[in-house]
Amino acid sequence: MTVTTPAVRADAVGKVFPTKTGEVTALTDVQLDVAPGEFVSLIGPSGCGKSTLLRLIADLDAPTSGTLEIFGKPAAKARHDQDYGIAFQQAGLLPWRTVGENIGLPLEIHGKDKRQRADRVAELAELVGLTDFVDSHPDQLSGGMQQRVAIARSLAEQPRLLLMDEPFGALDEMTREYLQSELTRIAAETHAAVVFVTHSIPEAVFLSDRVVVMSPRPGRITEIVDVGLPDERDEQLREAPEYYDGVTAVREALHGTTTARPNER
Amino acid sequence: MSAPAVARTLPSWARWVAPIGTGVIGLALWVLYVDVLQAAPLMLPSPIAIGEELVLRWDIIWEDMLITASNALIGLAAGSLIAVMFAAIAATFRPVDGMLAPIVAALAVIPIVAITPILNTMFGASSQFGRQAVAGLTAFIPVFVNVLRGLHQTTPVHRDLFRSIGATGEQTFRKLTFPTALPYLTTGLRIASSLAVISALVAEYCGGPADGIGTAIASYAKSGHAALAWAYVVGGILIGLAFFLVTAALEWWATRRAPA
Repeated sequence: MTVTTPAVRADAVGKVFPTKTGEVTALTDVQLDVAPGEFVSLIGPSGCGKSTLLRLIADLDAPTSGTLEIFGKPAAKARHDQDYGIAFQQAGLLPWRTVGENIGLPLEIHGKDKRQRADRVAELAELVGLTDFVDSHPDQLSGGMQQRVAIARSLAEQPRLLLMDEPFGALDEMTREYLQSELTRIAAETHAAVVFVTHSIPEAVFLSDRVVVMSPRPGRITEIVDVGLPDERDEQLREAPEYYDGVTAVREALHGTTTARPNER
Repeated sequence: MSAPAVARTLPSWARWVAPIGTGVIGLALWVLYVDVLQAAPLMLPSPIAIGEELVLRWDIIWEDMLITASNALIGLAAGSLIAVMFAAIAATFRPVDGMLAPIVAALAVIPIVAITPILNTMFGASSQFGRQAVAGLTAFIPVFVNVLRGLHQTTPVHRDLFRSIGATGEQTFRKLTFPTALPYLTTGLRIASSLAVISALVAEYCGGPADGIGTAIASYAKSGHAALAWAYVVGGILIGLAFFLVTAALEWWATRRAPA
């Protein structure tokens, strides 16, 4: 057995924000390893620091204590090396660019030539099922399609780590379930590790290998639930008893008590 | 249910016919007042007389139009260019923003045309520079204000995205900040273009070389050539219209993909 470098290793990570009324502890003593190829969700109520933790991993903010390593490197180096791709709750597309130009933006920034870019964009558009829309502009797309463009863009540099901050949070339930299935397929195809922020329990259980349950004041990890579902995730799984077991386990971890609710599905 | 909605939205032909009809009725009343009733003051000639002068003297009117238009254009271009540079500096360095804001606010309050006689005397009676400077100063303000606002319009998600893909400051400016500000620049240009034409024209009333639309209007009005003076006014309107149409088209082009 070989020792593999974890995709993410957080050791005693904390984040304190200074505010006018004093300091606010957004995160304290976060201990978390994410293995390569693993799908981990961060879940918890507002203010539990789940988005903050994701921003620290992405080096969009710096931790105030502890150490954070991405594939064994400091977060800033990992960002410069493009070891991760990121998607946010808002698609964040540039409205003056076509879908293809949006997907290819990271490649353009990194100086890839036109041919390479066109090939990769075509591949990615196919991966997210938007081949026919490459020349459309974002305002001609539905919210779900825009989010697929954002996911394709995050995959442009073939990252080994995908960071997602409630990417389906603003979508309707049907689109959401469809994109969840798509995401499990994409994650399996690309072998990327995923850190996925959500506040939907079913979403976290359906997607993840492990669900990290967090709680606020101060933001911290309270429990890590091993979902233990098979790697193959399809629509039938949404009806399976193991899936409901997972949902119950995460819910109980969130509420901090074992609750018997016989009438609840 | 839908009846009031139908009544409120005019059919497409009416949107063209209505303003043209209003114009024709206005002209008819004007002709009635001047030519039929002969009740108008001396300085208000008939539109027919103005039209005749316009056709007859088109060559000299056109020459003067070119002078005024080029003064306005040079002022607009120089003023806008300086405004964009200042706005870029102000957006990059916060203290500069703080230093420039009160100066621009003060500049916006002075009627800039009022300093024209001083500029004309400074740069000599044979130079167009005073007029161009007035047009430039007037154009500077709306462009500066709008571009500065536009440069602050990038959204947090876009800034996070560019940081996450490791874009340099220069790349972020070229591919995010500037395109985001572009619709604001064109809005500023549209406002500035009309102001530049007006100030270039009005500046001619305050001396300088003996050419341009404004000079002609002033001298023909004084000498009682009412119809010719009005024909020059039409020339001035044409310049303003041309500037407006070009900059409005530019604005339309830049805003067609702007975020909702």
